[in-house]
Amino acid sequence: MTPSKTQSSKTGSRAQSAPIQKTVLDDVGIRRALMRIAHEILERCEDLDRLYLVAIPNGGVPLARILGANLKQIAGVDVVIGVLDTTLYRDDLKTSQERPLLRDTEMPSAVDDRFVVLVDDVVKTGRTIRAAMDALMDFGRPRIVQVVGLVDRGHRELPIKLDYVGKNVPTEPNELVRLRGDRGGLEGALEVVVTDATEQGVAP
Amino acid sequence: MTKIVIRGGRVLDPACDRDETADVLIEAGRITAVGPSLDAADAEVVDATGCWVAPGFVDLHTHLREPGQEYKEDIGSGGRSAVAGGFTSIACMANTDPVNDDPAMTDFIIDRAEQSSPARVYPIAAATKGLKGEVMTEMSALKEAGAVAFSDDGKTIMDAAVMRHVLEYSKLVECPVITHAEDRRLVANGVVNEGPVSTRLGLPANPSLAEDVMVVRDLMLAEMVGARLHIAHVSSKGAVAAIREARERGVCVTAEVTPHHLSLTDEAALGYDTNTKVAPPLRSAADVLACREGLADGTIDAIATDHAPHAMHEKDLEFTVAPPGLLGFETAFAVVMDLVRRSELSPLELMRRMSTNPARIIDRPGGSLAVGEPADVVILDPEQRWVYDPVKGYSKSQNSPWAGQEMQGRVLATFVAGEPVYNVETGVLTGGVLS
Amino acid sequence: MIGTDLLGIEDLERDSIERILHTAERMQEVGTRVVKKVPTLRGRTVVNLFFEPSTRTRASFEIAGKRLSADVVNFSPGSSSIKKAESILDTARTLDAMDPDVVVVRHGVAGVPKRIADVLAAPVINAGDGAHEHPTQALLDMFTVKQKKGRIDGLTIAIVGDILHSRVARSNIYGFTKMGAEVRIAAPPPMIPAAVETLGVKAFTSLREALDGADVVMALRIQNERLSGTYLPSVREYSATFGIDRKTLRYAKDDAIVMHPGPVNRGVELAHDLTDHRPGVILDQVRNGVAIRMAVLYLISGRPDRSAE
Repeated sequence: MTPSKTQSSKTGSRAQSAPIQKTVLDDVGIRRALMRIAHEILERCEDLDRLYLVAIPNGGVPLARILGANLKQIAGVDVVIGVLDTTLYRDDLKTSQERPLLRDTEMPSAVDDRFVVLVDDVVKTGRTIRAAMDALMDFGRPRIVQVVGLVDRGHRELPIKLDYVGKNVPTEPNELVRLRGDRGGLEGALEVVVTDATEQGVAP
Repeated sequence: MTKIVIRGGRVLDPACDRDETADVLIEAGRITAVGPSLDAADAEVVDATGCWVAPGFVDLHTHLREPGQEYKEDIGSGGRSAVAGGFTSIACMANTDPVNDDPAMTDFIIDRAEQSSPARVYPIAAATKGLKGEVMTEMSALKEAGAVAFSDDGKTIMDAAVMRHVLEYSKLVECPVITHAEDRRLVANGVVNEGPVSTRLGLPANPSLAEDVMVVRDLMLAEMVGARLHIAHVSSKGAVAAIREARERGVCVTAEVTPHHLSLTDEAALGYDTNTKVAPPLRSAADVLACREGLADGTIDAIATDHAPHAMHEKDLEFTVAPPGLLGFETAFAVVMDLVRRSELSPLELMRRMSTNPARIIDRPGGSLAVGEPADVVILDPEQRWVYDPVKGYSKSQNSPWAGQEMQGRVLATFVAGEPVYNVETGVLTGGVLS
Repeated sequence: MIGTDLLGIEDLERDSIERILHTAERMQEVGTRVVKKVPTLRGRTVVNLFFEPSTRTRASFEIAGKRLSADVVNFSPGSSSIKKAESILDTARTLDAMDPDVVVVRHGVAGVPKRIADVLAAPVINAGDGAHEHPTQALLDMFTVKQKKGRIDGLTIAIVGDILHSRVARSNIYGFTKMGAEVRIAAPPPMIPAAVETLGVKAFTSLREALDGADVVMALRIQNERLSGTYLPSVREYSATFGIDRKTLRYAKDDAIVMHPGPVNRGVELAHDLTDHRPGVILDQVRNGVAIRMAVLYLISGRPDRSAE
């Protein structure tokens, strides 16, 4: 989703304006937040052998890796990291024409009796987390499930709470909030960017 | 009977080599005068300005399905569809149920035609009993009953000895033997022309060789025997070449081609529409070109529709199971006008192949606007564009590959024996009483 | 591909093929889980309309549908219109009135899935029509090659057998050529289709020449009906001239893989020892078939809820 050149619908005659983008969390901020969250996880998880970080692709993947590295650094543990694509569990597939591209799923360990911590980059409606929990339940019976959201932008549509939050960012519902890397995709220095969707003429 | 004068049309009379603007006067069912500004005070005037006036078309090859399969067509509905297409005389094939291989059957057909068909109907009787290709029919009695030719059309006489004897015997009655030339064994269960299209479609293929082989066989038999052979629905390049070469040698052969073999290629079957399934099959562009050239240079004498109605529930089946055949009457003129539009044939020469030549082949009146001839006349608008809807047509069936297409060239009015039987505005006018 | 029919590879873009393969790879992972099911097509009805009997393909579609939580229904109306009171299109119209979400059709005559697709609102997947196409077979064959060889571009594929009557051959010819492979066919002369070079393949009547340097050798089943003596004199002669065994396989590359759409006539087109072991990958093909069919069902079923219309 690269920002496209737009015409402003409000003011009429602005030629080729770039959409307004705002970085709400830069690479330094992200790393600081994830270090704090790693400490929080250690506080709340009594049995580190049971800890299982499960990243929700694509954004959750680099974040889970960083968290894993942090946990290794602080407590010396090699935490198992899995990747769980939720696309096939989406609640909008019945009503939607879309068939989104599937992402990789790799769950190196069973989830039975584990302390699972789901990792996602941006949480809004809570539907992705709901889908991730359904998927997780098909893999087994975790002892506990908690959720890390790097950015909580509000506008829940389901009763989903986050256990660990990087930053609360109040947004308008039609704004786009994304994690991206400066070398394209999720490569390089990470940042979280908010884009004003009306500038694009596109709904998020 | 009315006196009618058709005024101001372009009169195309191949029998008299006439192509000029003139009036045509019809009285008591015959042509009584043709010329500019005729004096016809008490005649009903038909204004044909800007139109062609030609002898009514004569179709050598039609299937009227009566007796036995009246649900798809009968002599009445076939006759109505014919006049709506400008055909004033039609010859019907014998593959009815029961087969027309007996004088009583021939009589029946003629009777039914008199009662119900606005077009003249000439029965073609079977060449062998039951179309089995074994025992020849009583040609003398059949000719006496009104048969104009003999044919096992629908099937081919596979036994060369039987075909030889049929040709020899036909000399007695001086009628043409019409051959549907396809070697049944080479055809096997083929349903589309063998070539890149059949390979893509994954359907059993029918090679043009099957036609070439049988055409050559029949030509050689006809040459040896000295009989009159007529080749039905020529479709392949090889067949056209063989016929041309045989004529040059003096073989007494005539040939016909259908409008669909002059215009559609096997690619028409690419959507598996069974309304493109026909025997012989639609062939390659090279074959279509050869047929058009053959028609233009006189190798092929006549255009014949092979009007073959089939019910919707029959065509609504798998491609290999659906019966082959297409409707022909009401689209013929528009389709073959393409040859005139592309300057492959002059209007006069087209009319010769639509009426004069076919009439001569079956030795019946037609194809002429000479004074004294029966007033079988058609008025045509070569330019008019219209959309063909077989549901609104006169046939009981609707199996046409041109359904829903825009056509150019329309029959405006048809007269049989001086009676108006069809008019584009009011439709078919009589149930068919020819006196 | 969303909401449209999958009638053949001939009309499929390379992009679409790649999308299907990409999706299948991920669907394959679902088959490795303990709970081999995802809720993606829950509440959707997939109908298998098989006019021609088939245990393998039908079971494969059924498992694929069930893994996606769809309701799978099997109709086997019997093979020919002329034997039944109801024509095939009438069967399709009746089915349409029951609102299926996806219909999978197999028939012995080419063109039937297309005619049915014209009548049905739901998308149609062709599971094999006469000698025309069998797109999911070709897709799983391409998937298998990609898995074993890492790519399809630049490979040499040799398809051996009754090409004339084979829908698997045609679909694979279209698929592998679109994906950049060189495709060769080898068959006794009566079994080479007319103008087959127009499909972009090289035709051989010598097995040795066709296999020379091939990366993939695909053997096709010889149908008993063809052995009436008109296309082929005998099984024995076919086996001797076109059978794939360790000896003839030596003409191909050392690391060539051997494929077959199944079921195999052991000892006729493929030697016994190539059927069950490397370099034969037939069981991988079967496994991949479920993943491919899951991918196709997923992609083709995207369409708005009917109640919204």
